[in-house]
Amino acid sequence: MLKNWRALLYLCLVALILAACSDSEEGTEEEEGDVITLEYWQYAFDAKVDLMDELIEEFESENPGIKVEQTNFPYDQYNEQVAVQVPAGNGPDIINLFYGWVPMYVDSGYLQPLPQDAFPHEEIEDEFFPLVEATKLDGEYWTIPTAVRTLALLYNKDLFEEAGLDPDSPPETWDELEEYALELTKSDDSGRLEQSGLAWEPAQQGHHWLRDGLTIQNGGQVLSDDRREVVWGEGDAGLEAFKYWLSFPTDLNTSEVGFFTDDVTAFMTEKAAMNIDGSFRIGTLQKDAPDLNYGVAPMPGKDEKSTGASFWTNGITADVEGEKLDAAVKFLEFLTSKEVMEKWLDGTGELPAREDVAMQDKFTEDEIYGPFIESLPFANAHFFVDETKERDLVIDAADRVLLEGMSPEESFEILVEETQALFNEYWSER
Amino acid sequence: MGALKKESEQKQSSSKFNKLLSNYKFQRNVFIISALLLPIIFYLGIRLLPTLYTFNIGFRDWNLLSAGPHPFIGLDNFIALFNDSVFIKSVVNTMIYIVLGVTGQLLFGMIVALLLHKINRFVGIFRVIYFIPYVTSIVAISWVFQWILMKNGVINDLLVMIGLSPQPFLNSPDQAIYLIIGAMIWQSIGFQMVLFLAGLENIPEMLYEAADIDGASGWQKFWKITVPLLNPTIVFSAVIGTINFIQISFTQVVNMSVNGAGGPLNSTTSVVVYIYQLAFNQFDLGMASAATVLLFLFILALTVFQLKVLTRKFDY
Repeated sequence: MLKNWRALLYLCLVALILAACSDSEEGTEEEEGDVITLEYWQYAFDAKVDLMDELIEEFESENPGIKVEQTNFPYDQYNEQVAVQVPAGNGPDIINLFYGWVPMYVDSGYLQPLPQDAFPHEEIEDEFFPLVEATKLDGEYWTIPTAVRTLALLYNKDLFEEAGLDPDSPPETWDELEEYALELTKSDDSGRLEQSGLAWEPAQQGHHWLRDGLTIQNGGQVLSDDRREVVWGEGDAGLEAFKYWLSFPTDLNTSEVGFFTDDVTAFMTEKAAMNIDGSFRIGTLQKDAPDLNYGVAPMPGKDEKSTGASFWTNGITADVEGEKLDAAVKFLEFLTSKEVMEKWLDGTGELPAREDVAMQDKFTEDEIYGPFIESLPFANAHFFVDETKERDLVIDAADRVLLEGMSPEESFEILVEETQALFNEYWSER
Repeated sequence: MGALKKESEQKQSSSKFNKLLSNYKFQRNVFIISALLLPIIFYLGIRLLPTLYTFNIGFRDWNLLSAGPHPFIGLDNFIALFNDSVFIKSVVNTMIYIVLGVTGQLLFGMIVALLLHKINRFVGIFRVIYFIPYVTSIVAISWVFQWILMKNGVINDLLVMIGLSPQPFLNSPDQAIYLIIGAMIWQSIGFQMVLFLAGLENIPEMLYEAADIDGASGWQKFWKITVPLLNPTIVFSAVIGTINFIQISFTQVVNMSVNGAGGPLNSTTSVVVYIYQLAFNQFDLGMASAATVLLFLFILALTVFQLKVLTRKFDY
């Protein structure tokens, strides 16, 4: 008799678990009357979230049949949160992604290509800055950005004056950057840095600066035109750039990894006099260091002009179809319109992705944003197959030289090899 | 005839059933089982089933972002792991974490407990002082250590003051792991101390008195009485400490290592950190599950080993 009871107990258990598991099938498709609800996800960045709330209101009043709901996740958990929601069958209709993540999302079948009737390729290529091509994969555009960001040189005017440098003529070439960094560095008797001439953090913007800035400025390339081969190691340009990059924490002793925890903190607390950073940092600086007297200059160059660029970009997820797809396209068209781009610059400090919007005088002449926008025509956004891993490879390459005393030549060779291995893996699957 | 028999059987069984229902013992069992049902369901649903499912995922090519299908690929994930130098590094690091961490934890926990056992005044205050780190947030402690150990931090200031050269500490692939282990040990001394104090209380005083009469020295008493009789505590502490160490080597590493992911140069990566990166940074749930399966087997083997080797019966 007891045995029967046990069997019954197990049955109950199984039934309960099954019931608990099978709940998520319904409820995703809500249709109240003729209203279509779009789910929009972006990462939690106060300025962007607030602006998006306003934009959604505006969009909804123009399009009565469509409702948009915004969901946000913290930046460092963004991918995890998205990943966790997929098996549960939940998810956005339109998703805002960092461009370096797009290949990974395309690979896993998460996105659908942008419909060509609404977003013709020629139009994108005519009107947007060429760097948006970083998310053109397998001959399709999968995402389209509202705004882009470039890297430039931020410098502390007060520290310039203190060191006897002219705060109105920031360094423009590699040599000048070295000189200025040396002038602006202070060390104590034991050789410890007290003030860093140039903040240097491979994990932050440092790896972009190396790839999209220094390497190309020196006449080199990281990738071949078909984006299959890592040609970074061909010729001397790449290695030279790598050595120049490393000279700041080594030969020149003007910089240190982890100086006052990171480059942004060091620059904000006036412990670092210069920093290579993005336009997206301006908002943070205005908010957290309102008294900081700083200037912005285009990234110091060499033979060629080049700077790093990156962007957050919007894609439509794979399962969206029919009326919902039409609504999603409408919302995307709205997000990439001229008016929204202008508002986006005011609200978030990110630069318009359309050339004719960005290059208006009122923007290029802006003291803070001007240098970032001026850099847009020669900005490059490296095609990442795996942003996290490629970043780690650059960090490791720097660490091998800085911490293990490996020669830059050897470390650079390993960096090129390992990056190529990542690309081989990526291309072998298509 | 047959029908009659069947009927009587039925009657018999139903009366048996009624009897059973009114049976006190039976009622008690029903109550106990139903009271335990919720935790059991919870355990099965949240713990056991996902664990078993992990074994399944480990043999598949499973991208976390794709909704399927997830093809079966046999041992490919495991082979890839063994060819992955970062994984091997994380296994070696985990061993270092366990061997040094658990030994240090037991050693310092025992020393503190022995000292506290000897003093009679302010025992309460000392216990609180040693126990506070254990109940403090790991994240907070890790960040305090990070600032203390910075190139421009307090410890380097002291080193420079006494004429030594400043050290890179957490920025150095040779030093970082030991500093993290040190922080972990420091934080868990309190917990070990409590266990050992309880163990010490249980050793009868008369054994020490008898040893005194025989003229035993302090060391002899320690090695012949205290250590053998503390054996059960030591075994328990070692097993719990090991499992704990494998688990918390995550939070500490993520918050104390320079890049927040086991750096520099993967010198502080532990297996759990790497599993997390595989699953949630690279979305390779298959590889992550395979690593989890290996970790599970490792912990199982280690625990069995510890129980077999360390457990000895001592009778006095």
